[in-house]
Amino acid sequence: MKREKSRSGFIEMTELTTPISEGQIRTLKVGDSVAISGVVYTGRDAVHKYLHEGGELPAGVSLEGGIIYHCGPVVVKDDAGDWQVTAAGPTTSIREEPYQAGIMKKFGVRGVIGKGGMGPKTLAGCAENGSVYLHAIGGAAQVLAEHITQVRNVYFMEEFGSPEAIWELEVDQFPAVVTMDSHCKSLHAEVAEASQAVLEENL
Amino acid sequence: MDSLFESLIEIIRRTSAEIPDDVQRAILASLENEKQDTIAKSAMEIIERNIALAKEKSQPLCQDTGSVLFYVDCPVGYDQIEFADVARGAVTEATKRGFLRQNSVDSLTGKNDGTNIGPGTPAFHFHQTRKTNVIVRLVLKGGGCENVGAQYSLPNTKLNANRDLDGCRKVILDAVQQAQGKGCGPGILGVCIGGDRATGYELSKTQFLRTLDDENDNAELAELENDIHATANKLGIGPMGFGGNTTLLGVKIRAANRVPASYFVSVSYMCWAFRRHGATLNEAGEITEWLY
Repeated sequence: MKREKSRSGFIEMTELTTPISEGQIRTLKVGDSVAISGVVYTGRDAVHKYLHEGGELPAGVSLEGGIIYHCGPVVVKDDAGDWQVTAAGPTTSIREEPYQAGIMKKFGVRGVIGKGGMGPKTLAGCAENGSVYLHAIGGAAQVLAEHITQVRNVYFMEEFGSPEAIWELEVDQFPAVVTMDSHCKSLHAEVAEASQAVLEENL
Repeated sequence: MDSLFESLIEIIRRTSAEIPDDVQRAILASLENEKQDTIAKSAMEIIERNIALAKEKSQPLCQDTGSVLFYVDCPVGYDQIEFADVARGAVTEATKRGFLRQNSVDSLTGKNDGTNIGPGTPAFHFHQTRKTNVIVRLVLKGGGCENVGAQYSLPNTKLNANRDLDGCRKVILDAVQQAQGKGCGPGILGVCIGGDRATGYELSKTQFLRTLDDENDNAELAELENDIHATANKLGIGPMGFGGNTTLLGVKIRAANRVPASYFVSVSYMCWAFRRHGATLNEAGEITEWLY
């Protein structure tokens, strides 16, 4: 556990380092702030559809105990010919709802970083596999890019294009919040239910 | 038009990296309005930091640099074809410089050639005016918030919404409830009451050219805007859908005539990373004044 200073006080952040064990995932609860270090792989619409349809992971990519980041970064080559991530916030996760639980199970994924939350199928998958959904701050592409320390590799660049490719990224203390845990609890479902009740009172 | 190319790149850069002042003020107010030690508060703090960092580094606020929408007011006789050619070149160059993501995908083949140029992208909306200068406004609208936009056809039985302002209120609030945090809230709504399915959405987006602190000329719509803004913030959806006090930063509504058979309410949702700038250009294509 680390304490991070913010303007309004201290936030307790649980440190997660890949590969992550099922035991550690099971200790996480909705509302916990986490700081992720190690390696994450980006994957969004094209990658999820491809894997769902039976596609194989490219050689060199292992998701065992790992994290998929729903993200299509802005990446440019610097003068030395190295990739630099210049903007890298999360994309909307719900589009992967049909595929996510199956992919978590098949490849041993422990965490998915995205935004906006996911649905009941993924929530059930999290409980079954021992996985969590980690909400990063949507739109905060600069703050989050600062936590990406290196681009290690890129896969499927030609097939899917840059935003949809698998980028292998080294991250340091990448901030996120657990909004769906491995105990069938979803902040998104709770907020949607509560807001619906208030809405009905105000119509 | 010698300077037009560089002026347009600067407009794109500024739009991608710098949030307009009116939006920044609204974000700071909502940050103050969230409770201490909540994930909503820390989300707003990260957003505040992100705004400062993007400006300082001159890099995209959000990696989804979105649909590139140009709104151009130009004098009679202005060469719109040339403007569009130069603008397409500027978009490609701005992409190379990292101000825009490679964001234009062939819908049939799935190919992304990395130029940001293709059928329909970027989009141009030209309007002739009697003035002598050219005014270019640019909106970069990300896909996450675009996906939670909604169009309702009234009456709507499920929502008990009839063809009146109360019915409009019900469907607009439904759009907010359905969006939850998926459009990167706190968001801003642009709404058009009336029009057809195409013009309704198009006019809803022009509401994003208004500043958040302006007042609607139409008193009834002004009241509806304030009512929806206040009611939405009672829902407790909050920043990112984490729960909290700020669900919307603003609501902008206009009306357009409709045919008797149709009554559409078109709702466009803009994320907090509200990228909109504009400038007045002289005959040489140089920027003489920033608008926002």
